[in-house]
Amino acid sequence: MADNAQPGQQPARQGRSDGPFLLGLATIGVLYVGLIVAMVVADAAFTTPRNLWQTLGSPEIRYAIKLSLISCSITAILSLWVAVPTGYLMSRNKFPGKGLVDAVLDIPIVLPPLIVGLSLLILFQTPPGRAIQKVVPITYAIPSVILAQFAVACAFAVRTMRVTFDQISPRSEQVALTLGCNRSQAFWLVALPEARRGMLTAVTLAWARSLGEFGPILVFSGATRMRTEVLSTSVFLELSIGNLQAAVAVSLLMILAAVIVLLLVRFFGSEPAFGKGMEP
Amino acid sequence: MIQVENLSVRAGAFALSGVRFEIPNGHYAVLMGKTGSGKTTLLEAICGLKPIMAGAIALAGRDVTRLTPGERGIGYVPQDRALFQTMTVRENLAFALHIRRWPRADIDRRVAELAKLLGLDGLLDRKPNGLSGGEAQRVALGRALASRPGILCLDEPLSALDDDTREEMYALLDSVRRYTGVTTLHVTHHLGEAERLADVIFVLKDGRIEPRPGRKAISPQASP
Repeated sequence: MADNAQPGQQPARQGRSDGPFLLGLATIGVLYVGLIVAMVVADAAFTTPRNLWQTLGSPEIRYAIKLSLISCSITAILSLWVAVPTGYLMSRNKFPGKGLVDAVLDIPIVLPPLIVGLSLLILFQTPPGRAIQKVVPITYAIPSVILAQFAVACAFAVRTMRVTFDQISPRSEQVALTLGCNRSQAFWLVALPEARRGMLTAVTLAWARSLGEFGPILVFSGATRMRTEVLSTSVFLELSIGNLQAAVAVSLLMILAAVIVLLLVRFFGSEPAFGKGMEP
Repeated sequence: MIQVENLSVRAGAFALSGVRFEIPNGHYAVLMGKTGSGKTTLLEAICGLKPIMAGAIALAGRDVTRLTPGERGIGYVPQDRALFQTMTVRENLAFALHIRRWPRADIDRRVAELAKLLGLDGLLDRKPNGLSGGEAQRVALGRALASRPGILCLDEPLSALDDDTREEMYALLDSVRRYTGVTTLHVTHHLGEAERLADVIFVLKDGRIEPRPGRKAISPQASP
């Protein structure tokens, strides 16, 4: 090495290990991953299978499970139904005020959830809101649960679909136009099939987000047992009466649902990313 | 025949204005110009994918200035090919024919014909994902030619290919024009490519078109 070194030039530093750098990265990463795993393990260790079974057997919790599953599924489908056209519009078109619309679409993501609930509550106390309530009771009834979930979850679905369509080159649709399609045919036949992974991600994300929704539901729907109680409400209600065992049991159930959803998103949403960790 | 009269198009930060050129029937024209000179913009304007500010475009003697892309009778191959990823090669080739509601038997016959012309026989049931650059280019060409357009617009069709594949594609493009008699506008910045293929070469510079004769003089008349 010294043979080639010119006078006044330092030879490149070689042989210094990358070990300390990688160790630093790993230490920080492991700390956070450890925290997440420790939280889940602590929950699992806190309760017993018998207790878990007992909690899941109670009619109130069963009602909450049923309402959660149904409301989350309706919210997820509604969100996708709104997110696909909105995301496509935002991705493919320029129009006056687009920046403003884009910012408005992000409001539910950055707003404190409690404020979303309060705003919905106020909205349905206005004259138009009251008029709607005369036909369909919303506040403190099941539709309010879905609306509260939808208000937040849909924003995440819209964002996902926007990114999905941004990543699909509009070229394919342009070629479809030259091949005789109108814009609607190009959307249905070319863009939408290519967006199917993004749609799956959006629907699962919306579902998971709805399952975790608590603040808006508490304010807008109340926490009435056997009426507007979803799983997150159950955790709150059990905690408030000091029944920690039941609260943890319900929490475990929600953790399980969250893990399943995450696996689904990773598996369907981005297959290559899912496999990456296992490649040599 | 492609006739462009006084065309003005906005191209990013600048505008092409007063662009005028004419490509006779069955000719192979190559449009050259530096990156960012507006070649792709001009091609997109001819295809109807980019709104124009002024001027007129006539294809095969018909004013298409106000027609939608699909009504212009153009086969378009973009630079990145943009194959339909969720469809097989066969479905890509048949796409324009399904849209135009050709009868099933005619579609099958046309797809077989294109596969033979372009050497795609073994690939018909594959998805675009696993195709090589040359194969993908041939599928894109087949998809554009399927409904027998009078005009073919190719945007840098050979730019991502290695030298061997490029030679194959030269031969293929020659045989396509002999077989179909299609009037072609081919955009590139590669002089060798232009000289190898063109009957006529246009250079786009500072928003204006300058013609320069191509070296090759293949008869533009189509053989049967």
